[in-house]
Amino acid sequence: MKTRDLAELASRNLRESALRNSLTTAGIAVGVASLVAMLSLGIGLQQLAQNRLAGTGLFNTIYVYPKTNRAGGGRGGRGGGPPDESRPGDIKMLTDETRQQLASLPNVVEVFPELRFTADLRYAGGGHVTSAASVAASAKGTGQFDAVQGSFFSSESAAEVILHMDLAKELAEEGKIQPKDLIGQEVTLRYPQRKPVVAAPNQSSADLAANDEFGMGFTIAPAEAKVRIVGLVENEQAGPGGLGGVRMLLPLQFVEQLNPVQGSDVRSVVQSPDKHMYVSLTVKLTDPKYVSALEDSIKQMGFATFSLFDAARSLQRFFAVLDLFLGIFGSLALAVASLGIINTLVMAILERRREIGVLKALGAADRDVRRLFFAEAGVMGFVGGAFGVFLGWAIGKIINLGTNVYLARQDLPAEKIWSVPLWLVGAAIAFSVVVSLAAGLYPAARAARLDPVQALRYE
Amino acid sequence: MTDRQPALETREVTRHYTMGEAVIRAVDGVSLSVAPGEFVSLLGTSGSGKSTLLNLIAGLDRPTGGAILAHGRNLAEMSGDDLARHRNRTVGMVFQAFNLLPRMTLEENVELPLRLAETDYAMRPGRVRESLERVGLGARLTHRPSELSGGEQQRASLARALVNRPTILLADEPTGNLDSRTGEEIMNYIAQFNRELGMTVVMVTHEPRLAERYTQRQFYLKDGKLSDALSMNGGGA
Repeated sequence: MKTRDLAELASRNLRESALRNSLTTAGIAVGVASLVAMLSLGIGLQQLAQNRLAGTGLFNTIYVYPKTNRAGGGRGGRGGGPPDESRPGDIKMLTDETRQQLASLPNVVEVFPELRFTADLRYAGGGHVTSAASVAASAKGTGQFDAVQGSFFSSESAAEVILHMDLAKELAEEGKIQPKDLIGQEVTLRYPQRKPVVAAPNQSSADLAANDEFGMGFTIAPAEAKVRIVGLVENEQAGPGGLGGVRMLLPLQFVEQLNPVQGSDVRSVVQSPDKHMYVSLTVKLTDPKYVSALEDSIKQMGFATFSLFDAARSLQRFFAVLDLFLGIFGSLALAVASLGIINTLVMAILERRREIGVLKALGAADRDVRRLFFAEAGVMGFVGGAFGVFLGWAIGKIINLGTNVYLARQDLPAEKIWSVPLWLVGAAIAFSVVVSLAAGLYPAARAARLDPVQALRYE
Repeated sequence: MTDRQPALETREVTRHYTMGEAVIRAVDGVSLSVAPGEFVSLLGTSGSGKSTLLNLIAGLDRPTGGAILAHGRNLAEMSGDDLARHRNRTVGMVFQAFNLLPRMTLEENVELPLRLAETDYAMRPGRVRESLERVGLGARLTHRPSELSGGEQQRASLARALVNRPTILLADEPTGNLDSRTGEEIMNYIAQFNRELGMTVVMVTHEPRLAERYTQRQFYLKDGKLSDALSMNGGGA
């Protein structure tokens, strides 16, 4: 029988028991809806998490450390504890040369160190000893500073500072003003400066490296700089690559000009005092897809690395498992609905016994009868699937809406935790058709086997 | 296919049913031959096996033993699909109970064999109309079976049996559900198809009068076996 004839006969049969078939189809629709609603939430959450993390720019970043620091907990500068150096002679340190070497690697956008130092912020006569850190200009694009009050640094070398809110509140309390009124004010920064033994202050790092002669070392002297407050950020900037514990942020080049003493300087004084050494270097890449290859080549250069590439992969694995579980629970309703299909079609065989006999007498092969019942199951699956996708989409949207109402009450921004990508629409309908066809297997085979002589005798 | 070859032939055909321990020999070694264009009848009391024999010839049932040849092709050896094609193309069937599908219009009922034969869509309306006009129902295309009289329904089922232009018409008590006047009308149509279209007709009936009036040869069945026509006549009259 031609497909068109099959479709016509199948749809005619479905229309003839419209109520029963509609109810069966509605059952499938509910099953598919629960599947789609579950998965749309899983996918939505995954997208939300990935967008959040991708926005931080962390996935195209490799952190490079001297090799021994890796055992100390991955992130060198964070703990500040002495690195485990069993064979100091073999250790390759992060120097300015390393920085240039890394910058010349393919697909590298920039390489910058994270400089940290302790400083005393003088404002309204009071002092605030706190930890300060350098920020590269590229940080602006990561979303980390999207919520900044005021503005980001005007340039990499500007004498400007961004304060964390809790520090800003302390200052504002002393000055008896609102924190946001601090923006634009000039404050004095007192910090420990690394000074070559024979050198004038305020020299660039290159000059210092040239002036430092082996064995001479450097001295630490208090120095002062005037900085202008340009912005305020919320306190929480934690997480890998974040600046936990730091309450004051300054532009990278400006910090390099200040030349404050670093934790690693203590080591460099015994190891190779002629070179400027970094605790860690941050390598930004053009695309996350290069992370894995580049990490390998940096490791071969003799450094330890850390990236969120693996973390991103485990995140994907986590969501794959989550989606699988959501999918299984969602499919349960569809499994129940498939029993409805079997029931409906078996009833249809009993009702249409004579009709099947007539069809066979007129020349229908077993195959034709089987295909007819299959087609009916398939049509119910398709229609149920299509309605189910719509229903599931609506349920997901309602859940999302409800969540956002809740978030709004908590003064949190709205989120899209629900997503129905096109592939889910297609896959859900296809799955529904496949399940329906599987449910139609038994009834179709039974109808095809029907003995026409018996069926025609049946009154 | 030559004229000398019989349109239908059965050779020692048997059809046995097992009911628990007992074996019922519904058809028990029947050999007969029907020439092309012949109009024959199968007579017998109920349970004599005449309908079972017709179902075997129609390809609705398979014989337990023996051979059934339609234009020289043995139905007993055919695959399921070939047997379906035989039912669709070679034979047309009418039943005592008409067996029209009640929810379909006459047009749709008559179209069914064309659907099963995968006939071109463009050709179908013409063929359906031609068949229905042949039985005088050209004006009732969109009627449903329930809107027709018994005679009209049987005419529609004749149209359905003709639509694929088979060479053999098999009729199982075609007048059994009709009054004698309407029955006669149906018999006239069947005789007309036999005469004008050259169709080979095998009719099952339990009315010797009808058989003798319309058919050229009569086969009498008793307990699944062909029996002497005279003894049947003697018993029947």
